[in-house]
Amino acid sequence: MLPDVRHDFPLLSRTVRNGKPLVYLDSGATSQKPHAVLNAEAEFYQFHNGAVARGAHLLAEEATDAFETARADVADFIRAAPEEVVSTPGATQSLNLIANGFAAASDGLGGSEADRFRLGAGDEIVVTETDHHANVIPWQQLAARTGATLRWIGANDDGTLRYEELDTVITDRTRIVAFTHASNVTGVVTDVTAFVHRAQEVGAVTVLDACQSVPHLPVNVAELGVDFLVFSSHKMLGPTGVGALWGRKELLDALPPSIYGGSAIKVVTMETTTWLDAPQRFEPGTQPVAQAVGMAAAARYLGDLGMDNVAAHERRIAQILREGASAIPGVRLLGPVDAPHGVLGIAAVVVEGVHAHDVGQVLDDRGIAVRVGHHCAQPLHRRLGLTGSTRASGHVYTSEDDAQAFLDVLATVPSFFGVTV
Amino acid sequence: MSDLEQMYQQVIMDHAREAHGRGLVVLDSPHVGESHQVNTTCGDEVRVRVALDGDTVASVSWEGSGCSISQASVSVLSDLVTGESLEHADVTYEAFRALMGNRGVPLDEFREDLLGDATAFVGVGKYPARIKCALLGWMALRDALVKAQKGEADD
Repeated sequence: MLPDVRHDFPLLSRTVRNGKPLVYLDSGATSQKPHAVLNAEAEFYQFHNGAVARGAHLLAEEATDAFETARADVADFIRAAPEEVVSTPGATQSLNLIANGFAAASDGLGGSEADRFRLGAGDEIVVTETDHHANVIPWQQLAARTGATLRWIGANDDGTLRYEELDTVITDRTRIVAFTHASNVTGVVTDVTAFVHRAQEVGAVTVLDACQSVPHLPVNVAELGVDFLVFSSHKMLGPTGVGALWGRKELLDALPPSIYGGSAIKVVTMETTTWLDAPQRFEPGTQPVAQAVGMAAAARYLGDLGMDNVAAHERRIAQILREGASAIPGVRLLGPVDAPHGVLGIAAVVVEGVHAHDVGQVLDDRGIAVRVGHHCAQPLHRRLGLTGSTRASGHVYTSEDDAQAFLDVLATVPSFFGVTV
Repeated sequence: MSDLEQMYQQVIMDHAREAHGRGLVVLDSPHVGESHQVNTTCGDEVRVRVALDGDTVASVSWEGSGCSISQASVSVLSDLVTGESLEHADVTYEAFRALMGNRGVPLDEFREDLLGDATAFVGVGKYPARIKCALLGWMALRDALVKAQKGEADD
């Protein structure tokens, strides 16, 4: 069982809106940071700051060691090998890095080993209607650049994926299947095996957006069976500005880089450049080193709590939020209360007759921080007949009282706005 | 009155429920302007259509969907500027902007009089994220008025 960790998070002790205690339920957007992360980042700057992978002085050595140790810790967190983990400025950048690698290959770059990434007319890329914009737009633009066609697995009326479409939408023409591990709106965890099984049948590369899952569930890349997996630091208790891209080594070594600069190269002449192997080929320029160190501290913090404990806590919060929200008259919970592969501690709701911004305003007035709007998932909201919703999302520091406070205030919203339920 | 009650004053709730000027009017006039504005953070949208008669704002009609603040605001502005001069519409807009920037504090008496029902939005000024909601309709109005004036110039 998860201990009470609230005291580890200094921000959570502040008050908001005229002295009210903060109930932070916007962790799906960004999480709060424990002392362990804040201290790791500060300590790097105070004692070890130097240029990574450049120079031979002691600080350069220590900084390089800190950066590579951070990579190893993050890799360990998802049961991966360090050389398969690329440090990126965030999950959005990770996804763009993959898509732009395909684009560069399609432009003829990368030599013969990049043949497997070349796309053209007749090729298809498959995403899902439930994905975050960051896992839709890069593929949409890649299709536009290469002449490939974008297709998608649709959503049911309850926002869950239409698995029956896997066999018809994913075909011999499919080259990439990009999908989310868990919806950031419904919280429903995807049956990854079903996607991977179908993608492997047709020889397509799989890309998993694990932004919502890595912070909350045990993730083991080998068990998942995907080819690429991305996640961000700031949703897993770490700093902003850093994230990770995991990929199978043979794919990473063949994928052409698409951001160019120092440190990623073997030999540069005025005519040509040869790249280092992964992960360095994707890490040109000075990296967010202190942030990477902070991200590793977050991974160790979560690892020490035990991801099974974190996941059990998540289930409890999910149950309170989702059962509670679905029982309030005039409130519609997006997605099912529970699902075969589980749900995250998220509840996106619509109060009938009241706009999401107005719902969020009432909650904010009581010190409860939630997300309002489309949560970067416009296609899913449109599919559900909505422009936006109000989303509560928890993390390790979220208490049952926090979840209950959200439900209690939510229940007062219809009457505040004079809506009869 | 709590901050929340100051923000959602009865006047605003009434305008949100029974909006004035809603429903685009078909205008048979050469001096018509129309503008569609979207609040990208929430997807709220409003389309305002105006007609000018000389320097007078002869007609303001609109359609849109959004939160109570954005809908009430466009309802109030249609009351405030219909039948008034362009200059009056301008001065009223400037007063409303000033109110939004005033962090929840009422303006001077002159501008309060000018704003009428729109003074009820004073509480919105305490919430930077919601100021855009209150201004959405005004942005559409101003853009529509510019287009209507250009229409005149083309004649």
